[in-house]
Amino acid sequence: MTTLPFDARPLPGEPGNNTWEDPGRRPPLVLNHESFTSVTEEICRVNESPRPPMAWYVCLGVAAVLAMVFGALIAYLFVTGVGVWGNQNPVMWGWPIVNFVFWVGIGHAGTLISAILFLFRQNWRTAINRFAEAMTIFAVICAGTFPGIHVGRVWLAYWLFPIPNQMAMWPQFRSPLLWDVFAVSTYFTVSLVFWYVGMVPDLATLRDRASNRIKAVAYGIFSLGWRGSMRHWHRYERAYLLLAALATPLVLSVHSVVSFDFAVSQLPGWHTTIFPPYFVAGAIFGGFAMVVTLAVPARQLWGLKNFITMRHLENMNKIILLTGTMVGYAYAMEFFVAWYSGALYEGFVFVNRALGQHSWAYWTMIFCNVVAPQFFWFKRFRTSIPVMFLVVNCVNVGMWFERFVIVLSLEQDFLPSSWAYFKPTWVDIGMLIGSFGLFFTLFLLFMRFLPVIAISEVKAIMPAAHGSHGHHGHDDDHGHDEDRHADGGSHGHGLARDPARREGHPDPAGDDDAGSKGASS
Amino acid sequence: MTTVPQPSPTIAPGARPAPGAIPGQSEDREPTWGLMAEFDSVDDIFEAAHRTRAAGYRWWDCHTPFPVHGLDKAMGIKPTILPILAFFGGLTGCIAGFVLQWFTNATSFDVPSGIPGITVRGYEFLISGKPMLSGPAWIPVMFELTILLSALGVVGWMLLLNGLPMLYHPTLKNARFARVTNDRFFLVIEARDPKFSEERTREHMESLNPLSIERLEP
Repeated sequence: MTTLPFDARPLPGEPGNNTWEDPGRRPPLVLNHESFTSVTEEICRVNESPRPPMAWYVCLGVAAVLAMVFGALIAYLFVTGVGVWGNQNPVMWGWPIVNFVFWVGIGHAGTLISAILFLFRQNWRTAINRFAEAMTIFAVICAGTFPGIHVGRVWLAYWLFPIPNQMAMWPQFRSPLLWDVFAVSTYFTVSLVFWYVGMVPDLATLRDRASNRIKAVAYGIFSLGWRGSMRHWHRYERAYLLLAALATPLVLSVHSVVSFDFAVSQLPGWHTTIFPPYFVAGAIFGGFAMVVTLAVPARQLWGLKNFITMRHLENMNKIILLTGTMVGYAYAMEFFVAWYSGALYEGFVFVNRALGQHSWAYWTMIFCNVVAPQFFWFKRFRTSIPVMFLVVNCVNVGMWFERFVIVLSLEQDFLPSSWAYFKPTWVDIGMLIGSFGLFFTLFLLFMRFLPVIAISEVKAIMPAAHGSHGHHGHDDDHGHDEDRHADGGSHGHGLARDPARREGHPDPAGDDDAGSKGASS
Repeated sequence: MTTVPQPSPTIAPGARPAPGAIPGQSEDREPTWGLMAEFDSVDDIFEAAHRTRAAGYRWWDCHTPFPVHGLDKAMGIKPTILPILAFFGGLTGCIAGFVLQWFTNATSFDVPSGIPGITVRGYEFLISGKPMLSGPAWIPVMFELTILLSALGVVGWMLLLNGLPMLYHPTLKNARFARVTNDRFFLVIEARDPKFSEERTREHMESLNPLSIERLEP
């Protein structure tokens, strides 16, 4: 890795560039850091610097104003009724569900990074999982708001939950909309717990470094008195692994259930079996685009380039290319099935999507989601900050339009007399922008007050975390280990940093310790 | 002491006041809770763990800034029963999901609510001619509740078995210990260990070549 290559050959590429590929050698994931101390210092500086960057104040100011606009519009909606939206018959759901599906989808990348990449032992996740998970939580908050305020009589929103009442009135559990209530609330709860559990050791770091009493008490309470006990770590790691194993099917189920909202209905353009996998791929696609959108300015502003390296960004861009291509395949397959089914209405809906009155939205979607990511086939573009920022923002726009196109396919339903051109109102537009305000407000506050990078996890993937011999854990044999220590005892503490000694152990970082957190990239 | 050049060994900025934990000075005031040795590398804490275990101590622990892989095995920590508890949490959620949907959507009989005179009753929904016992339609909610109770169970049991939250602990009083969440590794042997003796345990720790040895008070 950085300072301790597995062999004596120099690392390929320029210093600070870790995007090279060399079979047999793993590029460093943490740049310019040799010691745990400097890692702690650099990450904690985000929280501990007396003043955050000026851009933080500006962004927070703008975001907070937009979040307040969101709140005011919600109040206006409650007072006036859902007629303030452009929703009409037959486009009953309109923008609120577009925004709901968009935001839920954004969340999925966070869980993918924290759970699925963890199960696959992708060490590069450690630098980005914390803020990707934060993004998940905040995106799901934005998502949950839209159906929450769309119930009409919002004071009866508790009817969504099976609460015993004097009317013996229960939710109808055969409806996908109710599955959604359970799926999204479970998803939010489990993501929150996963995020918090992962953060406890890092909150303890901030507690132990707190410069005043208020910080010490606040971080102290939330770190639960964590003291890094190995007996605690043992259960903690197992719990983390189990949470990852539980969150993986959960994240796949959530967007599948969201797609059931559409797919279970008997409507052309919606009633297709491709929806669950297509929605999940799209969610991961859009979510990763949002992670890159947030990571690029964040690493710049707070100087986190040693942790969120170009390799991390490149890896994410590769996933965007993959999932974008899957989404493109799904778009094509929808058309094929519409033709192949021979169903008149199905065919009409799809021709109408591409050539009808909202064809501009369709082709925006195709350009942003299918064409734009193709740049990422080329390493030059994958590793260029301006290009990737442009592409991922295209994807952000495109993924919103994808849901818009799906929802708007009801515009021309079975009854030509109800056909119309769907027009959003200013409240629709204000709420979409306002939800971004809420999202960024929460995210900027998180950047300032909580550990933005999983400090303890980053340390665990550093070469120094593996000591001088890679296979401590696998033998429980005292005598053997004693011998090994005895032979190294003469030069004692220098083992971890002694290249000569390392040569006998060609792969110190590669002790793929089953059930442990940071094995190998 | 170590011969390795160390990055600036400044103690973390004034987190908490250093209590008088200097050996010999405070012994007449408070009893000894345990002894703590400080290390600065993974190799050292491994060696300390191996030798402490071999010396027959039972009430001891290693404290590290991150999970050191294999150290739990070196310490002889038994595998946790968390996976089994997670399974039962999931099973509870799955059964609860089924019973909830069956009772509320497919039955109609009174169940005492616990409040005198009040009963709870389900409602037999007849939706597009589907059978009352709609297994396939109930799978999503059963699945979500399985995950939910399993996940909350895992975290709850993990904290419970770890004895967290514990906002007070003798180790947390020590100023040096603040670096356990940063870059230092600690071996702590508690006084309640049958083999503990302040002198012999201190000798044992000195033989491990630590950066420092501290006496902990309760």
